[in-house]
Amino acid sequence: MAVTTPSTAEDRSRPGRPRRHRSAGPLFVAPFLVLFLLLFLAPLGYAAYLSLFQTRLIGGTVFVGLDNYAQALGDSQFLHGVGRVALFFVVQVPVMLLLALLFALALDSGLLRLSRVIRLGIFVPYAVPSVVAALMWGYLYGPDFGPFAQLSRNLDLPAPHFLSEGWMLGSLANIVTWEFVGYNMIILYAALRTVPHELYEAAAMDGAGAWRIAWSIKLPALRPALLLTLLFSVIGSFQLFNEPNLLMKIAPDVISSSYTANLYAYSLAFTGQQVNYAATVSFLLGLVIVIASYGVLLTANRRRTP
Amino acid sequence: MPRNAFTAASSSPMSRRLFLTTTGALSLGAALTACGGGDSSGSSGSAAPVSKADIDKAMKTPTELTFWTWVPNIAKEIALFEKKYPAVKVKVVNAGQGTPQYTKLRTALKAGSGAPDMVQMEYQAIPTFTITDSLLDLRPYGAAELKDRFVDWTWGQVSGAKGEVWAIPQDTGPMGLLYREDIFDKHGIDVPGTWDEFAEAARKLHKADPDVYLTNLAANQPAAWHGLLWQAGAKPYATSGKSDITISVDDAVSRKLGAYWGGLAKEGVISVDPDFTDGWYAGLNKGKYATWITAAWGPAFLSGSAKATAGKWRAAPLPQWDAAKPNAGNWGGSTTAVIRSTKNPVAAAVFAQFLNSDPATAKMFATEQFFFPATKALLTDQEFVSDAPSFYGGQKVNQVFADISATVDPSFQWPPFLDQAATDWTETVGKSLADKSDTVAALGTWQSRMTTYAKNQGFTVKGS
Repeated sequence: MAVTTPSTAEDRSRPGRPRRHRSAGPLFVAPFLVLFLLLFLAPLGYAAYLSLFQTRLIGGTVFVGLDNYAQALGDSQFLHGVGRVALFFVVQVPVMLLLALLFALALDSGLLRLSRVIRLGIFVPYAVPSVVAALMWGYLYGPDFGPFAQLSRNLDLPAPHFLSEGWMLGSLANIVTWEFVGYNMIILYAALRTVPHELYEAAAMDGAGAWRIAWSIKLPALRPALLLTLLFSVIGSFQLFNEPNLLMKIAPDVISSSYTANLYAYSLAFTGQQVNYAATVSFLLGLVIVIASYGVLLTANRRRTP
Repeated sequence: MPRNAFTAASSSPMSRRLFLTTTGALSLGAALTACGGGDSSGSSGSAAPVSKADIDKAMKTPTELTFWTWVPNIAKEIALFEKKYPAVKVKVVNAGQGTPQYTKLRTALKAGSGAPDMVQMEYQAIPTFTITDSLLDLRPYGAAELKDRFVDWTWGQVSGAKGEVWAIPQDTGPMGLLYREDIFDKHGIDVPGTWDEFAEAARKLHKADPDVYLTNLAANQPAAWHGLLWQAGAKPYATSGKSDITISVDDAVSRKLGAYWGGLAKEGVISVDPDFTDGWYAGLNKGKYATWITAAWGPAFLSGSAKATAGKWRAAPLPQWDAAKPNAGNWGGSTTAVIRSTKNPVAAAVFAQFLNSDPATAKMFATEQFFFPATKALLTDQEFVSDAPSFYGGQKVNQVFADISATVDPSFQWPPFLDQAATDWTETVGKSLADKSDTVAALGTWQSRMTTYAKNQGFTVKGS
């Protein structure tokens, strides 16, 4: 349209700008918008629509309004699943990010030998598909023939029960930490590399040691990157799925089909054929993630403003 | 045949390879709901027979059929079909084994496109798909005439309430006992003929060697539990009409079974490790378990996955509740079903029948894929039953299982929501075995969970 309209006052006022320019913007954005609509908004809308119905094996589909939501809010399986991943988040994420931070600072300090090898070594677990990682750890955790069990038996110690009810969340946290420390480390390390070296030199001239530089220069510089990794971790934790889903095969008595909220939604859809209720649970889980992420942002910003 | 279970076996690379090389696995299907009435405006009253002339015409019309199956090397069997009917081409798609395939199938059915013409389907999954009107009744294409060729109980499994034929049997898994002769000899244990003797042997063996258990009853294996229920004469599920269902997994027979196995687990004289896992394979190889309660596909599977123990295993029927009336259950096996939405019902139905009832293809399944046959002819075929593999010390293992096959109770039924039943089992009964808590009480929880689910799905639940 803009192309066909005769030049407007605005155009005349800036003659250097070709008219075509204005219509190019939407064209550039269009592919994104189309994908965004098709791949994000449409499925979301469809899921929201589905969550308002109930489909039964006998009797077909009926509109039930918000009944599914009311049911989910009182569903102890769903609530326990959310509680479990919240606990997981609170314990696992600080450990993982702290480790990632330590590795990033150590690599950045330049004091490590073989730093390339170490960097790659820390990152490699991220390249291992989580399915493979869970299978591998599942083997390591094995109570009879796993290496840890065999080792402790050879030392006449009781074998650790990695797959028991009390240890399971910790065992899962260990797998997830192993997988994602390298990923987070790379983000933090990359952020560190962008800090201008003059700052270090100036600080050194002022008499700051390595710890002081890390605390007063590097850490503040890392804040945006840390926030990013934290946000990713919120989402990742609440969506915990692959690891429990795979360990379920070797510890079926500990990991139930509703162990995490995401696993519960999956089981509802694919085991129970309750697609509508699964959509409801997924939607509520999404809401929990939005709230948690927002909470994280809010806390971080509040800290920064003063 | 499928070996395993209602839940997809988790597979280590080793187990996966085995699954693929020997047979398909069984799992139970999960599903994206189909439901809601599906396409079927369909009356399921018996349709008029299709005439011989129509069938001949259809088989001479160039057609391409799509077949979802996880059977390895099935191209050999299909080549025989295409040789007989050159106009019909069959395209094989491996959409996963057991549950993953059913999930894809349900999604395709719900989407209304992308579903195959024919599909590999385990016996226990059939009601889960007929409840959504997804399978084609094969009677009009002459399937009913094949009844006498198949082992009686298999025909009961593929038949509907009004005599519909929903699928053609391909292979089976009558249950028996594989045991370590060397361990039995070392500890002076006789092959138990009854479950009481079995329990005594379990106590004796574990006392003599605390590292060895007489058997492992997997806490994640609802399929094996159903097989044991089947053997004990239980009728856990019964449907009448479309929406009436009786669920009785907490009746006298079930409680007897629950008290028996729960008691042995609590005593700690049997192990309850999840099966088809690394630890379980290691246990089989290292002599942790002196027996494996398994099905007719077990011998071929074991000889591939416990090579270290070659020559030490033997086969026997399961111990009995009543030694005077030998009874057996079934675990595994599958069929070929035709999807109702097919555009070539005649060719697809002929294919399903030919693939499993033609003597040449049926035999090929037994010799190439080591499937345990569903046809009566093969079960008495001298070449088949006299096979004496060295892994079993030259014992005629096929003959043992062929004899067991004749004692499988033909009236066992599956629920129309098997996946849910299987998951609920694992989280109640299976969990009680693993936790060494009260298995009989867990049966009650299983019963009530399934009852609640069935009611929520619109069923009228009786007898609970």
